[in-house]
Amino acid sequence: MNEQPKYTDFHPRWFRRRMSTYWWLKRWSYVMFILRELSSVFIAWSIVFLLLLTRAVSQGQEGYEQFLAWSKNPVVVGLNVISLLFVGFHAVTWFNLAPKAMVVRLRGRRVPALWIAGSNYAAWALVSALVAWLILGG
Amino acid sequence: MADRIILQVTRYRPEDEAQPTFREYEVPCPKEWVVLDGLNYVKDHLDGTLSHRWSCRMGICGSCGMTVNGEPKLTCATFLSDYAPGPVRVEPLANFPIIRDLVVEIGDFMQKLAHVKPWIIRQEEKPLSEGEYQQTPEELDAYKQYSMCINCMLCYAACPVYGLDPKFLGPAAIALAQRYNLDSRDQGEKERMELLSQHEGIWGCTFVGDCTKACPKNVDPAGAIQRYKLKAALAWLKDIFVPRGAK
Repeated sequence: MNEQPKYTDFHPRWFRRRMSTYWWLKRWSYVMFILRELSSVFIAWSIVFLLLLTRAVSQGQEGYEQFLAWSKNPVVVGLNVISLLFVGFHAVTWFNLAPKAMVVRLRGRRVPALWIAGSNYAAWALVSALVAWLILGG
Repeated sequence: MADRIILQVTRYRPEDEAQPTFREYEVPCPKEWVVLDGLNYVKDHLDGTLSHRWSCRMGICGSCGMTVNGEPKLTCATFLSDYAPGPVRVEPLANFPIIRDLVVEIGDFMQKLAHVKPWIIRQEEKPLSEGEYQQTPEELDAYKQYSMCINCMLCYAACPVYGLDPKFLGPAAIALAQRYNLDSRDQGEKERMELLSQHEGIWGCTFVGDCTKACPKNVDPAGAIQRYKLKAALAWLKDIFVPRGAK
């Protein structure tokens, strides 16, 4: 629908309500939605941080040490903790969306949403465990 | 339980008022009464000037959708006693212009419904002599959920995207398009995809998910839109990566 709705052109007496700037505070689900939208900023920050880490590693020992020292800055640590929470929230909402978007049928029956979301969570846990093993134990 | 309850009802008389106001009415509250019974009581016994829409009283016609204590509800399926001791605030559906009292203007929604071509599209009709287009129960199951929509517009009232941008096609229209796309007799998916895979179509949806919560018929419009997004994204990928000859 590209054109502006025409329905009120000739009806100045129809009362059109404006949405308040704070509409998203009216309902818990709206707050969650705005937080999820906001999480994209922190996802972007996580990627920038990863790229900075990669660049520091490519600069050798000294560059890496400098990066580590900078990362210990309380502001950076705080930002990263907040980012971790938001990235986790983003991932959870994404996995919960998966069964909505994917309708899988097995032997004529729709696979329950819990299975689809569950397999996503299982894959997430597996990859996380693998990464943890590589970094901490490997 | 109290035998009476207060209804706070939106009144808007455009010939007298610049904006809506609230008026309180005290109505009986037997346990079998729904909000619509309360409004009809007001109309019949207390104030005949109240305007509101209703028809079937049984969750089929989709006319009596209103905002009850801030939630979009079918007033014929919302019991007054659930709100005891009250008061119960009854307002017109959110996100639509108010014509009078509890009556909203729905022309925009009606245009949008027609826009998605909600009918069976055939590239070529088979001759009558070949009989009906038959369907298996599985084929019926594929779209039945989306066919339960009664066009009550509660999902539009619940959708902040529609409230902020009235150009958004909205949940029910997209779910209805999906109902025909998933119908084994239909061949119009490509036509509809062109209409729907636009910014004001499926991509306008940011998956707040409240349309699904508001739906009195469990249509799950939010699910329909997310399925559509996945399909549109896959079609786009296919367009890019699959060589022309192989399609």
